[in-house]
Amino acid sequence: MSRTGRTKRRAEADGPGIADARAVAAAVVDPELPMLTLADLGVLRDVRAEPDGTVVVEITPTYTGCPAVGVMRADLLHVLHSAGFPDVEVRTVLAPPWTTNWITEAGRRALAAAGIAPPGPAPLRADGPVPLDLGPTRRTADCPLCGSADTEQTSEFGATACTALRRCRECREPFEHLKEI
Amino acid sequence: MAHEETVYDALGLAHGGEGQWAFGTGFDDPLAGVDTTVPEGVDHADLGAYCLMLGDDALVLAQRLTEWITAAPELEEEVALANIALDLLGQARLLLARAAAAGVLGRSRAHASPSIPDEDALAYFRDADEFRCTALVAAPNGDFGQTMVRLLAATTARLAVLDRLRASRDPVLAAVAAKGVHELTYHRDHAARWVLRLGDGTAESHRRTQAGADAVWPLLADVFSPTGVERRLAAAGVAVDPGDVRAEVTDVLARVLERATLRVPPEPAEAPPSGRAGRHGPELAELLARLQGLARQHPTATW
Repeated sequence: MSRTGRTKRRAEADGPGIADARAVAAAVVDPELPMLTLADLGVLRDVRAEPDGTVVVEITPTYTGCPAVGVMRADLLHVLHSAGFPDVEVRTVLAPPWTTNWITEAGRRALAAAGIAPPGPAPLRADGPVPLDLGPTRRTADCPLCGSADTEQTSEFGATACTALRRCRECREPFEHLKEI
Repeated sequence: MAHEETVYDALGLAHGGEGQWAFGTGFDDPLAGVDTTVPEGVDHADLGAYCLMLGDDALVLAQRLTEWITAAPELEEEVALANIALDLLGQARLLLARAAAAGVLGRSRAHASPSIPDEDALAYFRDADEFRCTALVAAPNGDFGQTMVRLLAATTARLAVLDRLRASRDPVLAAVAAKGVHELTYHRDHAARWVLRLGDGTAESHRRTQAGADAVWPLLADVFSPTGVERRLAAAGVAVDPGDVRAEVTDVLARVLERATLRVPPEPAEAPPSGRAGRHGPELAELLARLQGLARQHPTATW
């Protein structure tokens, strides 16, 4: 990441300042999934300059209760201040809600490379009452270690809100799966 | 990129350099930067009261679920219940912050020190009579079977309400609901699968889950009885009249119980709202004593 020292900078709409601010913000990583940048995770919605030179960053929470949001906000302020932008405002955006479909292709490859199975497509639903699903969870995930499709879920819930635990029947290794939501 | 040792510095920076971590000072306003202007023609007090109802349901149910930590039948289930509780706690934070932004703080600010954010003041410094959760979530857990029937009933009702609330005229409520629907869908499926497994399990698990259903069902009356606030806000396109989701909720619950070979208890008789009006049994005060004790005894604690 390029740092531009402690010179105070004003971000101007479409100027080089805001492009740098965008690059700096986009490179911040998720505190729980550090192989993913906030841009790859799909939580960085916008980085723009206000007329007074303030950098406004918009982020959206993944899960409503995700405790990582406070750290993301602090990290964004920290790196943007370090890059020379004294006036930074990090705003929360709630709509449209984040789903795993916001994770980029690069993010999915980074997850798999780190041994975490990326999510499949999030379920779409028709209008009307949310259908009840009484069967076993139907999601599948290929083993990120050996590539086998012969895997089974060991727990719907993992160490973080966003992961499930699975095991590969082929190579016998356990792995995490970022579940689609 | 901030490294481990700088994260806490950065958190301090994000909070005016105080560097203090007590009752939410390390967390952000969950609605930071969100436009919380109350829509034209919507009564502030009603909107705030409604957000307290939905927020308190989530907060109290989350607290009940965490009572299973170290006591659930298997480690994975503790993780599951903690995860579900965390989602609900997140919903509670947004809704309590939304209530505060609408100006509804009750007596909480009279007791909370100025450094405590509004959402924490509402969670930690209101007494039971100011809570607006229903009897369904305030009731003690009972055994694991009863806990799962209650979780099924509470998440089914909440899902039906939030699904409709996505169209609320209040954009903040609509956004909170749209996020919550994704989470509640898997909360409900998780509870429903346990009810199937236990109801259609051994004679003992069947007997105990049936007893749980019999204990939980009468509490549904409190969920479906609309208060004046809900009626007025529903008419204004902001809230959902819980009476309108009754048929959908009881249908889903009956389908799960029947599949689980359980007898569906008789529908509860209509009753005036109690929890939503601040009338609770002693069990809510006991739960709040555990939830609020630390914050009240050490209001400026730092760690």
